[in-house]
Amino acid sequence: MTMAAPALPTPTTRQPNAFVEFCRQQPLGAVSFVIIVLMMFAGLFSPLVAPYDPLTIDFASLLAAPSWEHWCGTDAFGRDICSRLIYGSRTALVIGFTSSFLGSTFGAVLGVASAYFGGKMDDWIQRFVDILLAFPLIVLALVVVAAFRKFVVGGVDVNLIVAIAIPIVPRVARVVRAAALSVRVMPYVDAARAAGYSHTRIIFRHMAPNVVAPYLIMLTAFIAQAILAEASLSFLGLGVTEPTAAWGLMLSGNAADFYREAPWMILFPGVAISVAVFAFNLFGDSLRDFLDPRFKV
Amino acid sequence: MTTTRRTALKGLAGAFALGAGGVHWDVAQAQPAAVKRGGTLNFAISAEAPHYDPHASDTYATLHLAAPFYSTLLRFNLAKFPAVEGDLVQSWTVAPDLMTYTFKLLPDVKFHSGDTLTSADVKATYDRLRNPPQGVVSTRKATFSDIGTIETPDPLTVVFKMKAVNAAMLEHFASPWNTIYAAKDLATDPASPRTKINGTGPFTFVEHVKGSHVAGKKNDNYFKKGLPYLDGWKGIFTLQAAAMLNAVQGGQVLGEFRGISPAERDRLVQTMGDKIRIEESSWTLNLLVCFNVDKKPFDDVRVRKALLLAIDRWGGSTGLSRISTLRSVGGVVRPGSPFATPEAELVKLPGFSKNIAASRAEAKKLLADAGHPNLKFTLWNRNLAMPYTPAGIFLVDQWRQIGVEVEHKQSDTGAYLATMNAGNHDVAIDFSNLFMDDTSLGLAKYLSVSRAPENRSRSKDEQLDKLFDDHMRERDPEKRKALIRAFEKRLFEQAYQQPLLWWHRIVPTHKVLMGWQMSPSHNLGAQLEGVWLNA
Repeated sequence: MTMAAPALPTPTTRQPNAFVEFCRQQPLGAVSFVIIVLMMFAGLFSPLVAPYDPLTIDFASLLAAPSWEHWCGTDAFGRDICSRLIYGSRTALVIGFTSSFLGSTFGAVLGVASAYFGGKMDDWIQRFVDILLAFPLIVLALVVVAAFRKFVVGGVDVNLIVAIAIPIVPRVARVVRAAALSVRVMPYVDAARAAGYSHTRIIFRHMAPNVVAPYLIMLTAFIAQAILAEASLSFLGLGVTEPTAAWGLMLSGNAADFYREAPWMILFPGVAISVAVFAFNLFGDSLRDFLDPRFKV
Repeated sequence: MTTTRRTALKGLAGAFALGAGGVHWDVAQAQPAAVKRGGTLNFAISAEAPHYDPHASDTYATLHLAAPFYSTLLRFNLAKFPAVEGDLVQSWTVAPDLMTYTFKLLPDVKFHSGDTLTSADVKATYDRLRNPPQGVVSTRKATFSDIGTIETPDPLTVVFKMKAVNAAMLEHFASPWNTIYAAKDLATDPASPRTKINGTGPFTFVEHVKGSHVAGKKNDNYFKKGLPYLDGWKGIFTLQAAAMLNAVQGGQVLGEFRGISPAERDRLVQTMGDKIRIEESSWTLNLLVCFNVDKKPFDDVRVRKALLLAIDRWGGSTGLSRISTLRSVGGVVRPGSPFATPEAELVKLPGFSKNIAASRAEAKKLLADAGHPNLKFTLWNRNLAMPYTPAGIFLVDQWRQIGVEVEHKQSDTGAYLATMNAGNHDVAIDFSNLFMDDTSLGLAKYLSVSRAPENRSRSKDEQLDKLFDDHMRERDPEKRKALIRAFEKRLFEQAYQQPLLWWHRIVPTHKVLMGWQMSPSHNLGAQLEGVWLNA
């Protein structure tokens, strides 16, 4: 005798696409997302998008005002500022994304471990986090950059990325720990422990996935901070070096000498940094509002 | 003081050199009748010296820090540059054959430690300069290699007997780098001047706070009675040009004695009006493109030559002179000075052609022939904004135009010098920092590294050494000039190193700062003994 399996109910309406839902609920977040995508596009396809080579010197066009030929003018070496901004988005995104990802991921692991183990380990980790939190992000990054020499791999200074990532770690660890504390008391964590799973498995398979929302929010928010830190360090002469196109670097050096007669040398890089930071901050906020159920009430 | 025929001729030549070089600093600085004593001078130093020993240095950062603590045998009279005058000596004689120099020292000169200066101290100092002991570096080794013996017949007399003629020896005795040390200190530890200061200069050492400042106070036992005028001074390290300019503008420092860019000058004049004094001069200083011949592929002359051919100096001069202190195109001798190579001859030398398209085509061919059509390397540079950064940006651009990929690395003065001195660089932007135009000084940097430790290309070239030695002995100006040309041609064809551009000096000082004298070299006038504040 055979029995037919009961038919599953067919959904009558499709689940709304998460992205469309995000755009509907968070229009400002959608706008910032478009800006970020544009930045990423400019960064990824710089050679196709930029009208000029960002490093080519043209003394005949030295300090040229914005025109149809040079939309954002030229700098003290006659280099096209628009092209340098486009290539600069690559520097900002590479350093911003990488350092924020490294700092946020390490911070999240530290936060989850701190919450999971509790006791003395929690105390030690949190006191260490307290020490790191005592320093403003830029100050701590300055110390790390000054302490280590440049270590360039593929045109990117790894030590600069690490310098920006380190101050992010305690900030993310503190937030993720708070989220992980509520997960730790869940029955499925107890069940996993009772089943004899290893600490590593419990942390990475059962706790970490449940703190993804705050992790993602922190990750995006700190990209903005990392871009700002990179620009600040480059401005102070501790970040990337000339002639690399980088927004912070464009504000320093000769820009300080010529900003009176060529204000576009500081205006456009300043606007680029502001828009990028604004977009990532807004996107992070919108993502938080979208993902956190408390904001949906 | 005895003035020899040769000194007078040198003076005339120097005066001609400065006139032709376009020097126009205000020597007759308007000074009120009464000098005011007291006060502390704060001034900016744009780099921090890695040590205190001028014998082992060729960066102004060492002199601007150390010169006020020391004295030299002779020194340049900046009001009559390049005439020399006594510093520690009351008189001197030069034998007609230029083979014997006799100096009579001033009596009762005291070191800051309290010991009296004698001829033994001078002998110990010059022995260290010409033949440094193990572990001690003397960048003047080649310059003083012509000294045969140094005799000290009495405590106040020093006699230098030469092995060979050096027509500019008297000027070398006036070099600001030859600071006189105490024989006792050198006997205890020959390297002690690197870390310890004990001179006979107008100021005594107070402190050096790394990353912040160096300070000196008036030496009450200074052998020139009535000097110095200041109670003390503080040299503040301002590594960022913007910080230095803000400090000058805000009055935290009253000057920067090395030099600023035309744009920085314009900003100070615009914002400070008649409170700021600007003095300008051509500069006995150039930046060099320097290849480390001990490293591959820079041991191949084709690679080195290709990289020099790619540089459009004439175009670069036009643009860079508007935004930096770099200005004149020239060979190994300062453009405009008597022995400088005229433009018509210069353009025939590798790296100086005005047909840059043809030069770059030849450069690409040379790289392909050498098996390096897609060359990549690191360019070491100093992290001084002016003019090292513009020079680095310019060179990266020039080399990209022949398909060469360059990573530009900038570091602090200490690390920059250490890297080059240890031979860890591929290609570097070095500098030739001179205090006068004489070729016995200017050419010495290009001698084999065994003779000239400051040769950071680390080249060894007997032909260049011989041309240098021959030119030193040559008295006939035309024959000497021909030897200099041959030296220059050989150097540029071998492409060990080559001047990029020569500098133009612009010095800003507050008008309350008096008695400081402008010159074509930022190595001179750093003792500060005649400086006073009209406040």
